[in-house]
Amino acid sequence: MMDLLTQPVGVAHYLVVGAILFASGVVCMAAKRNALGVLMGIELVLNGANLNFVAFGSSYLAPGGQSTIGLDGQLMAMFVIVLAAAEAAVALAIALCYYNSHASIDVDRANELKG
Amino acid sequence: MVLKDVLPILLATAWLLPLASFALIVFFGPRMGKAGRGAGLLATGTIITGFVLSATALVCWISEYPPQQPELHAAAQGDQGHQAAADPGSQGHGLPAEAAAEPHEADAEAAHPPGEAHAQPEPITYYWYSLGEFGSLQVAVSFYIDSLTIAMFCMVTLIASCIHVYSMGYMHEELEDVTDPLVTLSSGRAFTRRGRYYRFFQYLSLFCFSMLGLVIAGNIAMVFVFWELVGICSYLLIGFYIERKSASNAANKAFIVNRVGDFGMIIGLMAVWTGLGTFSFGDYQDQQDVEQPGIFSQVRMAREAAAEHGGLPVPQGMIELPTEAEIEQLALAAETPEKAEENIEAELDRRQRRGYWLLMIAGLGIFCGCVGKSAQFPLHVWLPDAMEGPTPVSALIHAATMVAAGVYLVGRFYPVFTPEVLLVIACVGCITLFMAATIAITATDIKRVLAYSTVSQLGYMMLALGVGGWVAGLFHLFTHAIFKALLFLCSGSVIHACHTNEMPQMGGLLKKMPWTAGTMLVGCLTISGAGIPLIVGLSGYYSKDYILAQALSFQQANPQFGWIFFYAAAIGAAITACYMFRMWYMTFVGPPRDEHVHQHAHESPKLMYVPLVILAFFAVVGGWNLWLPGMDLGIEPLLEQARPAVTAEGASIPAVTYPAEHISHTDHAIHYGATWIAFTAALIGFLFATVFYGVRKLDPEDARRTFAPIHHFLLNKWWFDELYWLVVVRPALLISGWIAAVDKRGIDWLADNSARVVAAVSRLDDWIDRTFVDALIDLIAAGTHAVGLKLRVVQTGNLRQYVMLIAVGTVALFVLISLYWNYAMAG
Repeated sequence: MMDLLTQPVGVAHYLVVGAILFASGVVCMAAKRNALGVLMGIELVLNGANLNFVAFGSSYLAPGGQSTIGLDGQLMAMFVIVLAAAEAAVALAIALCYYNSHASIDVDRANELKG
Repeated sequence: MVLKDVLPILLATAWLLPLASFALIVFFGPRMGKAGRGAGLLATGTIITGFVLSATALVCWISEYPPQQPELHAAAQGDQGHQAAADPGSQGHGLPAEAAAEPHEADAEAAHPPGEAHAQPEPITYYWYSLGEFGSLQVAVSFYIDSLTIAMFCMVTLIASCIHVYSMGYMHEELEDVTDPLVTLSSGRAFTRRGRYYRFFQYLSLFCFSMLGLVIAGNIAMVFVFWELVGICSYLLIGFYIERKSASNAANKAFIVNRVGDFGMIIGLMAVWTGLGTFSFGDYQDQQDVEQPGIFSQVRMAREAAAEHGGLPVPQGMIELPTEAEIEQLALAAETPEKAEENIEAELDRRQRRGYWLLMIAGLGIFCGCVGKSAQFPLHVWLPDAMEGPTPVSALIHAATMVAAGVYLVGRFYPVFTPEVLLVIACVGCITLFMAATIAITATDIKRVLAYSTVSQLGYMMLALGVGGWVAGLFHLFTHAIFKALLFLCSGSVIHACHTNEMPQMGGLLKKMPWTAGTMLVGCLTISGAGIPLIVGLSGYYSKDYILAQALSFQQANPQFGWIFFYAAAIGAAITACYMFRMWYMTFVGPPRDEHVHQHAHESPKLMYVPLVILAFFAVVGGWNLWLPGMDLGIEPLLEQARPAVTAEGASIPAVTYPAEHISHTDHAIHYGATWIAFTAALIGFLFATVFYGVRKLDPEDARRTFAPIHHFLLNKWWFDELYWLVVVRPALLISGWIAAVDKRGIDWLADNSARVVAAVSRLDDWIDRTFVDALIDLIAAGTHAVGLKLRVVQTGNLRQYVMLIAVGTVALFVLISLYWNYAMAG
């Protein structure tokens, strides 16, 4: 653990940041009652994963200047960004609709379809 | 352009125009003007155009081949030793022929050796379109055109034109909705339907097309097709008022009776084809463009060969020659070479005799078809019933198309008939003419009188053809067509005015309908053969004279039995005059028998009586010959050109001798005798009718009472319908009853019971399905349902809880993987 602080910035550092982002996102999703907050959590989770892809795909960070997955990592990141945008659009629309009918965006109260 | 190319074009156009009219009316009939009025104009226009084309063809023909009257020719040239401009092949071998021809025979033979077509224009065989070729068999649309074809075209189109015009007046009721008083609905009211004006003309067009096709046909396949088309057209038109039970019955009767005849016909045509190997009448080109002899040529060659070498006149194709192996066998079987030769000779003779039988079957079969179409005994029963059709149709059927088809075909196939067949034709014609004439005396329905008169006149034609009078028979076909069309249209005019067919309700119409009465009088005079003996006469006078003269000539050649034919014809002539004038007197003269009918009667519109006048004109002049420089213009010299090159004239089978036809004209004893007898007979008949119905000196009622059994017999039409009912219809119904019973008791029972078994099996199957298969499916479904009910609790609807579960689950998955992971699992 302490090694990380002494070594030059490499993939592992990025992974740590990504993990932190992911964890924060999960916590945000689980803890927030505001639907927009939950959406933000989702963005964090996705970007945590994105960071990992980019780190793995970067030739600057890879030892010897040769990453194992090359451009694939960045491509996947692009996909995730597009996907996140689409997902956000749909989710915001749901939220808006939900607000229109319930005058609230509290996810705890959105349990009318429970089994 | 030469005649050979012009005529087929003219006639084919005249033939196909009615088809075009038919097709147009089929598709656009109801939309042609108000209530299809245009259909009548279209059909009439096409048929009149057809007449113009036919007349043009006739003019072309006679300018190329000017017709000559044979006996004048013969008389003029007789001194120089030229026997006849008639067929040189007819240099008779019969007794009278020999007697007449002997002094000049050698010269005539020298001048015109047999086989050289001297005065006979070559018939035109025109090959138009091939429908298919199967081996050596050609099925084609081809034409056979001689003067008979052209004359028939002119006659058919002329009469059909008159009838079309007349129909436009007669059928005007069909332009609006028609209430048929003769059809009662189950509700008790009269039946009302839409007018069928356009459909009537559609059928008429098809009828004309079929008849013209039959006339122009150049092969027997085409003949058969158009023969049947004529039949179906008559069916459609007789059954025009299809809702009337009597009309639909009559249509069926006409069709079914004709089927009996056509059965024989198809056998005859098959025999011809089997024997001669071709459908074509005239000579034709085969696939290799080799000239092949047609039916007529083959028969003629056989006759010529028989005349030269003896033996029977059988075409080569009809003789199944023994194979070499068979000859060898015959030769080996005999003890001596002479004996072998004898055996082979006998075998050949036997084969030839068999071929002759085939030829006879062909002739009889074809005649059988003609018996049906031309309503000869014993298949005459349909014709009187055919009166159920509208009157113009009766006129068309009785004059130009249906019944003419039969006589025409006998004339066309004349060379194929052997003397035996001709004798059968003569007998049938003789019976028919006498029987129908007697029935006509007692008929009271004006159209039925005419119907039986038609049957009788057709009998005359057949008799004439059967005793060797080819020209006489066909000449009568032409004159009869014209005056019978006239008579029928007149009767239609009367019916149109009186709204009844029954003569006992008419009378005294002379003043009311002068045009109809006048033209009908012309018709009656013509059919009776009126004329100034030996000087001039109406058309019927000439044609009937020819027939009687030929019958008399035949009698002199065959004194043992020939008199039957002659006396039947002579007595028939008397009866004809009697019933025709009876009809005229009952209709037009005397006090009105029914005031109501008389008061409402009126002369028909101009559209209807103008055709009557035209037909009356032709009925008067139809038999005349116009002596122009270089030609004799008339029907008879025209027909003379088409006389079959070789007929049965002079051919002698045991006990029958056929005198050549021209003898009946040149021998004055025969000619004058026949004329005077015909005249006397007609006069007697006329006086009879006048005494009873004209001046009413005698009461027909008395005669009826005196001869009650005969009257009853005749009134019931010789019990023919009853006889057929007993002999044909009842057994047929009985047998069909039995078959129906077998059907119901046997086959239906079997079907019912097998259906029951099937029902039982399927009920069992149903039970198994429900109890086992369905139950299993239900069980699975119930289990799934129960699990679903249990699992629904998991769905709490709490989003944050889900997120926690996802996160915890993911972590758990990672923990599990990191605990149990090894590289072997990656494969």
